[in-house]
Parts: sequence; structure tokens; C-alpha cells
Amino acid sequence: MTYIAKPKFHHPGLQKNAIGFTHRDYEGRISTLCAGCGHDSISAALIETFYELAIEPHRVAKLSGIGCSSKTPDYFLGQSHGFNAVHGRMPSVLTGANLANRDLIYLGVSGDGDSASIGIGQFVHCVRRGVNMVYICENNGVYGLTKGQFSATADKGSKSKTAVNSDSPIDLVGLALLLGATFVARSFSGDKKQLVPILKAAFTHKGAAIIDVISPCVQFNNNPDSTKSYDFVREHNEAVNRIDFITPRAEITADYAPGTVETVTQHDGSVLRLSKLAPDYDPHDRAKAMAYLQERHAAGEIVTGLLYIDEEPEDLHAHLNTVTTPLNRLGEKDLCPGSAKLAEINESYR
Amino acid sequence: MSEAAISKVQQPISATNDFVVKFANVNGSGSASANELFARSILRMGVPVCSRNIFPSNIQGLPTWYEVRVSGEGWLGRRGGVDLMVQMNPQTWDKDIAEIEPGGYLVYDSTKPLTNQKLREDITLLGVPFTRLSNTLEGTLPRERQLLKNVIYLGALSALLGFEPSVVEGLIGDQFKGKDKLIRLNMRAVEIGHDYAAKNLAGKCRLKVARDNKVGERIFIAGNDAAALGAVYGGATVCAWYPITPSTSLAEAFTRHCRRLRVDPVTGQNKFAIVQAEDEIAAIGMVLGAAWNGARAFTATSGPGISLMQEFFGLAYYAEIPAVIFDIQRGGPSTGMPTRTQQSDLLLAAYASHGDTKHVLIFPKGPNEAFEFAALAFDLADRLQTPIFVMMDLDIGMNDWLVDPLKWDDSRKYDRGKVLSAKELDAGRQFFRYLDVDGDAIPWRTIPGEHPTKGAYFTRGSSHNAYAVYSESGKDYTDVMQRLLRKFETAKTMVPAPIRHDARQKTRWGAIYFGSTSVAMDEAFAKLEAEGRHVDTLRIRAFPFSEDVVDFINAHDQVFVIEQNRDAQMLKLIVNECAIDPAKFISLLHYDGTPITARFITNAIAERMGVVRKEAAE
Repeated sequence: MTYIAKPKFHHPGLQKNAIGFTHRDYEGRISTLCAGCGHDSISAALIETFYELAIEPHRVAKLSGIGCSSKTPDYFLGQSHGFNAVHGRMPSVLTGANLANRDLIYLGVSGDGDSASIGIGQFVHCVRRGVNMVYICENNGVYGLTKGQFSATADKGSKSKTAVNSDSPIDLVGLALLLGATFVARSFSGDKKQLVPILKAAFTHKGAAIIDVISPCVQFNNNPDSTKSYDFVREHNEAVNRIDFITPRAEITADYAPGTVETVTQHDGSVLRLSKLAPDYDPHDRAKAMAYLQERHAAGEIVTGLLYIDEEPEDLHAHLNTVTTPLNRLGEKDLCPGSAKLAEINESYR
Repeated sequence: MSEAAISKVQQPISATNDFVVKFANVNGSGSASANELFARSILRMGVPVCSRNIFPSNIQGLPTWYEVRVSGEGWLGRRGGVDLMVQMNPQTWDKDIAEIEPGGYLVYDSTKPLTNQKLREDITLLGVPFTRLSNTLEGTLPRERQLLKNVIYLGALSALLGFEPSVVEGLIGDQFKGKDKLIRLNMRAVEIGHDYAAKNLAGKCRLKVARDNKVGERIFIAGNDAAALGAVYGGATVCAWYPITPSTSLAEAFTRHCRRLRVDPVTGQNKFAIVQAEDEIAAIGMVLGAAWNGARAFTATSGPGISLMQEFFGLAYYAEIPAVIFDIQRGGPSTGMPTRTQQSDLLLAAYASHGDTKHVLIFPKGPNEAFEFAALAFDLADRLQTPIFVMMDLDIGMNDWLVDPLKWDDSRKYDRGKVLSAKELDAGRQFFRYLDVDGDAIPWRTIPGEHPTKGAYFTRGSSHNAYAVYSESGKDYTDVMQRLLRKFETAKTMVPAPIRHDARQKTRWGAIYFGSTSVAMDEAFAKLEAEGRHVDTLRIRAFPFSEDVVDFINAHDQVFVIEQNRDAQMLKLIVNECAIDPAKFISLLHYDGTPITARFITNAIAERMGVVRKEAAE
């Protein structure tokens, strides 16, 4: 129904968040994706997240690569600057943008073709660098815009309508753990209750937050034999935990039985209350997380939840020791050493 | 061979402050430092020199050369030919001997007698037993003696050419400041070489350096170093790069200068961000991200990097994002000659990326303009909202050039181009990202995060209309593409104008050149004038070409285009963009990887002018 324009009129009774914005203020253009596309659910979850976190839309820069997933930044946060870059290269553009202004919130939206095939090099290196960002891979296992070819995350043996994938899959979550990401999660576009708290936790994390969101492609990869179909994911989804995200301002009141809940306090004071669904799972143990993922994957399960977190992350700016003022705000006074200094420099070349 | 025998064949060359010395060394033997001390010694005697490093793509073992031209007249290009060869590498003996001018000199290690080596009767042999002498340095390790052998030849040359002893001593003192033991050891090596030559070779070398005052205020600096300083002065805060010869030293120099000039004295924090990217694609991606977000950003690379960045150049052109790219050109195609110089990326850069694109190129002639154009490039990128390519080459970038001191005008302000502030947006300024509101085809832009409700837009490489909205309408597409063409016209009024130099008398001959060819061209022009061959010259400093280029070509019957590539790329660019009959041009091409020489240009032009004259007479 993409030909019907969104009404500009807002109902005066719409609910407002802490800074006076309604859900409408976080929306974008009408999606041009297929009806039922998992990616639209992720866009909706993002709108909900920004609304609930009460983030001013213009403080967010949303960047993407090329593909169905990368089109979505046009469909939320209409008051944010967006950048639809080239295929597989969103991470470098986001890294550069982040270097220029450390004060904005950076959202990178990518897909499995964009991140795991053409752009795997850039994915790997932006994770290594610890760029302060939320990187979402909207993962459906296929190339949608070119009509249904397998991507590098498609499971071995997964079937499309016309072919069987015989290549081993790339697990971006496993890679992110290996590469030192300080926040790693997996979720499912069909599980907003899990996804929104994960997104909220990710946006308050001051480092590289990688979220792999299984997001079924209704058109090309939702058939019964696909491991990225709605039915398959629902049946095999093994969440290790559920997050309750509590802002720094809110008071914690509920009581839980000992051993079932873990409280994680982030750098900004926000609290993640993790309800443990897999009792022995420890999201602070990188090595065990990797082993657990491997085991469960071999058993045919899709592990979701907050898989790893380091509450005291260091980001690229910390590594580069940059000034607190965004670099794009510095002018001649800060940047140009002047002619007297140049005379000294000249002397050193005589 | 007796001296009398030599003089029968060829009078030894006799010259003061006007000769070429070439060092033939083994890479990794530590010769670079001694060779540079040699060049600097002459400079400190007030005599201009220019030096060229001709080195292999190798860390240890392959041949490397260092050529020093001593020119009291101040010619700074390569002359061509060698008057004195310092032969320290048996691998290249034959080739080196052959290169010496008739009447020239050969300095070699005479520790072992010459046996089967090729020799010439028309040169003077100046044997110094470097290995034997280095073994007399007591208390040194073999590796140290290997290094000091280089210092011994510096000492021997100082005696042969008549350096003032205090000059060499002063330089060694500066180089090893605070390390007295090293100063003593190096000075001992200088003395050993000096004393041997003074005692055994007195009067044999008729090449001399005599104190003069022609160096003045000038500095001795490599173009990459100067360009990096230009980036500091021009306000660059983000540098993303990937190591590639011959551009690496630019990013490294930027790092060095920033650490000295851009650290907050109170907090110790950096007013810059430098990232060594995973490849050139990521490097240009970071530059575009940073520039889109309002920082001045650049990358430094060479031909292969420019090839890899192509897709992003198209995005930057079409989505109108500023960027500065230093292309330190080297010998292509493919890996080509990574440590040799060429001007062979012109067409690649001018039309970089798929689809219809045209890019702004600027051509510094040496370190001074590398500094000026680097700073200028950031203004141009912001004003034109497009990539600006600073087209340097290995010769400019990696060799030390004797140039005027770098200058900066403190009243200069950075021109950030058309950026709407929150204040202007609040004051009611309408903002449409790709709309030509001023008639110069340059639209306004906003920086992300500037205003809560006004100024947001979506940047994309897919087709868009004047309001930055995705559009597949043919008219929307052609409107934007036509405006980009008009913007390229506007660029003509902003880029450095060409510099014309007319011959003493009116002539039908013109010559066009650019970049590192300029120093050799200056000398060739003077020589041709002296021979009565009058040629007007035009040094192109930017693409797109201004009307001055067309006027110059139209004002002459025949125009030489001198360039350092195989395919006459500048000529093609001119013919293509200015719609001029190719028959007007005579292409002079030098592309063996060594910097072009004044002798090559003079001879090539003289030959063509001679032939044409003869034809006219018939």
C-alpha cells in the first residue's frame, strides 16, 4: 500500500514521551518493502526504542549500505540525517562520521548480503575498532532486491524454492564475539518484546553494539525448508535471557527469586535486568558464549538474547585520545598553528 | 692508466658549483643518511642542490641510487648525465660506469684491485680503499663499520670537492645531538676518508664546491611533508589512509605534525583523528563519512588506491560530499613501478567512477604548491561539495626539494562553503539539499545534528530530485546531472589559474606542462631561449581547464605537451574537454619512471623545431 501518502495530521491526544515527542515524530516515509517483511518490524521496534528512550531524532545519524535492509533508514526517524552509502561500505562511512562528531548517536543498518558478503571486511574492522554505534544486521539469508539468491548467512542445507545452499554459513554474532565487540545480541524481528529492550540497551552502550536480527524475507525465503522462515525461527528460537531495560532515572522495585535475574549496570547508569532463561549462561564470558553458540547451532537452535556485554567498553575515540569537543566544531583557532609557528617549522628544514 | 693517457682521450671535466654526483648503493646499507649529509653540506656552503632518490621496492639488498645535482645557477630539475659516480655496489658496476659523462670521475672502493670490471679510458678513476679504512676504526662492530663506510666516502668527497670542514662537522653535530660517542665516531670516519683523499688523490678531481650565497632563506623539504603541513594548516581533522608507496610518508608526516601542533596543552587530547584503514575503500569511506558530518577529511594514496576507491568517488560526486584525495602518482599499471615516478593517473582521476562523472584536479609543481594546494583543496572541497584530487607524484612527494620557505597568511579564514547553521534555519532560510538557489549550481547543505526540526535530509547515491527525495523520474535525474555540469563550470572560476611565460620574442610555438616537470621545464626554457629557439609556455595547475588554456593553444600554431606518461593523458584531456584539433599538438613523453630531465626536454623540443624548420625550407 505504498502509494498512499502518510497523513500529516497528528491526533492531539497522542501520547508523548519525556521530551514531548509522539511516536509520529520518530516515523519516516512509508516503507516500500513487501507486506509482512521482517525489516518493517525492526523499523517499528526502532521507532518504539527511540520513543521510549526519549532521544531527540536529530541527535541520531542513521547510515546504511545497499539492499532491502539498507533502504529502511528512510522509513523511520524522518528528522534525522540519513546516509545510504555504497554496498557493504556503511561501516567505514559510519566510522568517519563518528570521528567527525562523537556527540551524535550512530545507527548502522545493514543486511546479511551487505555485512557478511561484500562488506565483511568493513564489518570486521569496525567491530575491531570499537566504533561507538549500534550495528543492526537485518538477517534473512537471501538477496531480496536481486530476487532470492542465497547470502553468506544462509544455513547449509537450507532450501529456497529452486535451490539448496551447500556453503557453510557465516555467523556474524560469532564473528563479533571473536573480534572483541563489547555488546553482542541476537533477536528476531517477530519478537518485539525481546528486540526493543535489546535495542534500548544497545543505544546506551558506549561502544560497538552488534545485533543480528533474524528477519524473514516473506517473498524469497519464508518457505517451509528455510532456516530463516517465520515458522522455523519461532520453533527453534532459544532465548538465553530476557532484558528489562531500566533508565537511570527509574527506581528498581520488583523482587526476583535469587539466581534467576542478573543486574547489569551500564556506564550511563541505566540498568539491564536479565531474566535468565538458560540458567548457566553468563553474558560476561566471551569464550563460553562462543562455545555455547556453537553447541546450540549444531543442535539446530537459534540462540537469541543478550549474548555478551562489557559494561565498561572503550570506544575508538578513547583509543585515539580525541578531544571532547566534536572535531567538526573546531575552527581556525584550534586547528591552524599560524605563521609564527610556520617560521619555526621552516627553520627545521634548513 | 696514466693521467697523460686520460688527457689524450678526454679532458677531465672541470666545473665549480655545476655538476651531477650520483651514488650507487646497496639498499639497506645505511647510505641514505650519508648521502643526505652530502647534499646538505653543499647547501650549507650556500650552493643550491636538488636530490633524487631512485630506489627499489625492497628493504635490503637491491640496488639504489641517489643523485645530487649541484647548480650554482639554481636549476632544480634533473639535468641528465652524471659527472661523478660514487660506485659502492658491485651489482650495478657496468651500468653505472656507462652512465658517466666523458671526462667524468669514478669514486670506487679500491681495497681489492680491479680485475675483470669494465672500465673506460675517458674517465678519471678515484680509488679509495673504503673497506680497508673502515677496518681501522677500532672498537666497532662489523655492522657499524658497514654504516661508517658511507661516512668515510662522505669524508673523501669533502676533500675531493673542497668542502669547508666546519660544514660537515656542524651537520654531524646536529644529526647526533646529545650523543657524543656517535659524533666522535662519525667525525673520525669523516677524517679517515678526508685524509686519505687529501694525501693520495690531491689535484685529481676538478669538480669543486665554492662557498656562495645562493641558498638564502630556502628550505630543503619533501612534497609529502609539505602537503601534510598544508593539511594541518588547512584545518583537516580526520585522516584515513592505507599504506602505499609513495604516499605513506604523507600520512606519516601528518601524524608527526599533528602530534607536535595539534595536541591540547591542558588535557593532552588530540584535535585530530587518524585511522589506518583496512584498505583504500574503507579509507575513502571514512573520509566521506567525516566530511558529510562536517569535518575536513582527507586520504593519501597512489594509483592502485585510486582504482579501489572508484565506487565511492561516484557517490561523492553524485551525492555532493566534500573530500580531499592526495594522489602521489607512481609507475602503473597494476603494481607497476611502485618506487618510481609518473604522471599517469590523470584520466583515471578526472573521470573516476562509473556513469558520467568529472572531478576537480589540482597539480602542484613542488613542495611549496603542495603546501598551498593542500590547504586550498579543503576550501575547494567545501565550496564545491565534491572530491578534490591533489595530483602529486613520487618525485615531488618523496624527494627533498630546495624551495622558498612555506608561507601562511594569518588573516586567512577557512571557507566552509554553503553550510546552513541552526541560526539561519531558525531565521526562516528555506533548505532544499540539491536546489540551485544562487545560480552557481552549488546547493546548500546542513551538517547532521544541527537543528531539532529543520535541515534533516537523506543522502543517497540513488537518483534523487532537487529536494533529496528518491526519484526515478527521468527529468529529476537529468536536472541534477545538468546542474552538476554547471557546477563544474563554476569550479573553473575557483581553481588555480594556469601560469603563462612568454618567450623574448613572438613565436608560433607553445609548450604546455604541469606538476613535477616544471623544474626541468624552467631550465629547458632558458636553454632554448639562449639557443634562439623561442617557445611560449603555459603551466596548467588545475582541471577543469579555464579559458586561458584554450586561448593559449589558439594563439600558437604548434603546441608541445610535455608529460610523464605513455598515453599523453593531459593532451587527451585537453583535446576532449576543449574540443581542439589534435593535429595542433606535439606530444613529448617521458615515462621510464625516472624524473624527466632538462636535457630530455631541450633536445626533444629542439629536434622537433629543427625538423619543422627544415620542412618549411623545402
